[in-house]
Amino acid sequence: MNEIIIEAKAIKKTLGRGAGEVQALRGIDLALRKGELTLLMGPSGSGKTTLLLILGCMLTPSSGTVTVCGTTTSNADKEALARIRRDHIGFVFQSYHLFPTMTARQNVQLALDIRGQHGRDAARKSHEALGLVGLEKRARSLPDSLSGGEQQRVAIARAFVANPSVILADEPTSALDGENGRAIMRILADIAHKRDRAVLVVTHDPRIVSFADRIIRIEDGVLADDKSEEGERLRLPKTASWP
Amino acid sequence: MSLVMTLATRNLLHDRLRFVATLIGIVFSVVLVMIQMGLYFGFGHMVTTMIDHANADLWVLPKGAKSFEDPSLLEVKLRDKVASVNGVASVVPLVIGFSDWRIESGEVTPVFIVGVDLKADALRPWNVVEGDVRALSQWGTVAVDRTYFGRLGIKKLGDTAEIRGHKVKVAALTDGIRSFTTTPYVFVDQKEARFYTGTFPSKASDLIIRLKPDADRAKVIQDIRDRIGGDTEVLTTNEFRNRSRSFWLFGTGAGAALFAGAILGVIVGTVIVAQTLYSSTKDHLSEFATLRAMGSSNNYIYSVIIYQALLNAVIGFIIAGAIGYVVVRATERSALPIMISPWLVAALLLLTIVMCVVSGIVAIIRVVRIDPASVFMR
Repeated sequence: MNEIIIEAKAIKKTLGRGAGEVQALRGIDLALRKGELTLLMGPSGSGKTTLLLILGCMLTPSSGTVTVCGTTTSNADKEALARIRRDHIGFVFQSYHLFPTMTARQNVQLALDIRGQHGRDAARKSHEALGLVGLEKRARSLPDSLSGGEQQRVAIARAFVANPSVILADEPTSALDGENGRAIMRILADIAHKRDRAVLVVTHDPRIVSFADRIIRIEDGVLADDKSEEGERLRLPKTASWP
Repeated sequence: MSLVMTLATRNLLHDRLRFVATLIGIVFSVVLVMIQMGLYFGFGHMVTTMIDHANADLWVLPKGAKSFEDPSLLEVKLRDKVASVNGVASVVPLVIGFSDWRIESGEVTPVFIVGVDLKADALRPWNVVEGDVRALSQWGTVAVDRTYFGRLGIKKLGDTAEIRGHKVKVAALTDGIRSFTTTPYVFVDQKEARFYTGTFPSKASDLIIRLKPDADRAKVIQDIRDRIGGDTEVLTTNEFRNRSRSFWLFGTGAGAALFAGAILGVIVGTVIVAQTLYSSTKDHLSEFATLRAMGSSNNYIYSVIIYQALLNAVIGFIIAGAIGYVVVRATERSALPIMISPWLVAALLLLTIVMCVVSGIVAIIRVVRIDPASVFMR
């Protein structure tokens, strides 16, 4: 069994107050392991994003504990949570969130810059990260001049350039066509398998299930299905879901 | 090098119109403060110019005299009493006062007469550019400043006019001896000064005292006070300078008006920079939220905003400095010279930086409330 990177125990989360109060998560137990690409799937309003935010240390649970690389997030203040994110987590966002005034290389380098890594070494690492997503020739391009798929690849390079233990990706393929979606998922799968990282992808895109080592389904704030926890490894044909 | 500077620069240049508006605000503010403070220091220098050049250690003044130009008089016989005090090297009575200057066309303008004792090493014209001060020993000769040619209706050395109905000839020209009251100074021999100002031989305006090199200043002052009685005052040159400045700049309200203008400039500048920085930060909130989501510390984000503020400050200050230099050059020979010293430049740079950084704090307060989770909602 691979090393656990993030472990959530008995997570409950209540959103809103009074009449608008919603039980977004109702007791989730989950562990993300090194070398595993996990899909978190579920319908809208099922609690996917809330769980992602809690696992990503951006939201604190109403009850339960989250441990990231051995550090418990309970009672951590905002700055301590930011430190955990900085030290252990890389994020890929649905709408890329690249800095429009910075080149592709600078966008990637920002992830090192906020970690106090500057200068030529940081520039070299950023260039290498772009190379790993096949964009070394677009290093000087501004996001506006890149396609959606290229922008998402830059975002992935930014997420893993600092070598985090886990990458959390929110709907990374939803705005992309089939070819670009596949390319993005291949990169994320490579990060999980070749670089031995934990990768969690929140999605309701059925075309990408073939890339998953594990699929977790969430409904009404509870885990409805967790294939690998049951010991069943998913091995769907790689092209089965995509047209 | 950190990307903080790059990010700050790009954020600023991203919206050029707003950047220009910010710079205009800073330049307006700094130039306004620079001119107001430059005028203040210019005035401060002008009101003490005679005191500064009198070569005096101490001044004996009629009690309550507020400035060099004060018209009150003291008894000239005090000179002997003061001269007998141990430690006093010389005592020179000074005769000053207002008079009338009539030009050939018959037009009359007020002038301020300064009596010169050519035998003493005390107040006498300086910055002499033409003629000879020693010529003032001849009756009917004067020294004037060439920047007052227009006011005095003369054009060159040797020109003539009348003071109180008596013909005078310009025997020496100075450059840059200007009066805060805008009334031209006219240097004449001390005897003539009494004549033109109606000062009796038994009276003088002030006594200018030089001390011996080894004199105990405090003791000499006390001894003079003990000896000359209560209708007079003994001030050091510095005390007299401060009193004159205080009277002209604050007693008249001129200094307060200048300071009020400077404060207004700082407030306007701060508001403009704060508004534009806040609006720039608001436009880039999603980027700051992304940085926060990626795990950036608050300090990293604050440093981006502070760099933006500092860039605004430095660029704005350079432009304002260039404008200030032009203004200083344009006014240096005018009735309202603006004096900008290296200290004032340094203080203005510091003020500009403080103004911009304080403005940045408003933007920082907004950024503090960023929720990194908002990145996932967009």
